[in-house]
Amino acid sequence: MDMLSHIFIANGLLVAFAAVGLIMWASHAASKHLTFGRIHGSAIAIVIGLLLAFAGGLVTGGEKGLADLPMLAGIGLMGGAMLRDFAIVATAFEVDVVQARKAGVIGAIALGLGTILPFALGVILAAAFGYKDAVSLTTIGAGAVTYIVGPVTGAALGANSTVIALSIATGVLKAVLVMIGTPLVARMIGLDNPRSAMVFGGLMGTVSGVSGGLAATDRRLVPYGALTATFHTGLGCLVAPSILYLIVRAIAGG
Amino acid sequence: MTISGVALLAICTLLGGYLGDLLGAVLGVKANVGGVGIAMLLLIAARLWLVRHGYFSHGLRLGVEFWGSIYIPIVVAMAAQQNVVAAVKGGPLVLLAGGGAVAICFAAVALISRLGGTAETMDEIEAREAIAQEAARVAAGDVR
Repeated sequence: MDMLSHIFIANGLLVAFAAVGLIMWASHAASKHLTFGRIHGSAIAIVIGLLLAFAGGLVTGGEKGLADLPMLAGIGLMGGAMLRDFAIVATAFEVDVVQARKAGVIGAIALGLGTILPFALGVILAAAFGYKDAVSLTTIGAGAVTYIVGPVTGAALGANSTVIALSIATGVLKAVLVMIGTPLVARMIGLDNPRSAMVFGGLMGTVSGVSGGLAATDRRLVPYGALTATFHTGLGCLVAPSILYLIVRAIAGG
Repeated sequence: MTISGVALLAICTLLGGYLGDLLGAVLGVKANVGGVGIAMLLLIAARLWLVRHGYFSHGLRLGVEFWGSIYIPIVVAMAAQQNVVAAVKGGPLVLLAGGGAVAICFAAVALISRLGGTAETMDEIEAREAIAQEAARVAAGDVR
């Protein structure tokens, strides 16, 4: 047992490849035989991943799900920002330049709305829950944009750690819901072409949510969604602690 | 060479990340602004340039496309390391704000993507391209 765990820890990334491969295989089998292809295998795999992250978080009490278990630390490398961005950029090879250009303006509009709508909702709900100061209101609103915009905004404005934790949790929940919900509503919101994928990327924002949700819906749409989603967090970090904060302060006072 | 594709991908990703940080610094933001998007645009431009100059080899294509094809497993690994416990334990404010934001944005996607009329779906695009390729093959006199 000691020797096995030694091999696992020394070859973390390979363990991750094997473990994820098994999850993918089981998910595709479940998709084919249990749901008769109605639920995409990738969607099942992502939900299994999230459930395992939940279990890992309960067992270790850490923040990185399964990756906090020493023997599965390689999951952290495989699913970390470095390889995730590397693989997303690789999908750009499939982008049809003509299609992407057609959606340019509408993608930009989606980006703007994707920041303002969730922010406004977050601020209104935070106010309804008794938060009165502009800093807390803005930080929680920013968390509803993405889980990076929340803490960046909170840190910039000097929000307290409870509020920052709330804003991160809001953003993470949003990412999780986007991953699970996208394949379910895809047909209803017309998510079957490059243009709506770019609109989707701009509006939903969260790169992990968008990439996971689109992967579970239609792999071919991923590069288009990622192309706009990647500007979302930057835009949020730009406007939330500045313009949006000033607006909230003007309305809420102090 | 396969490594040339992997290297091209790495160079684009690194350069995009650097330019994204630079853009963030210029704008006075503590975040990367569009790094991945810039990297994607660089890779698209590189592909067009390589094709035009005849440098687009099979190995190069393989080196990039392997990583594109391993993308979904990477997303699964990403899902497995989310702080799901915190997301679930966040309480009613978190549930309402997170759930509400997703619902509003889904509705907005439906609205906006319908504004400009119906677009060609992925299936239609692929069917059209297949027909065009077939036509080009026949026009070139390659009757199989």
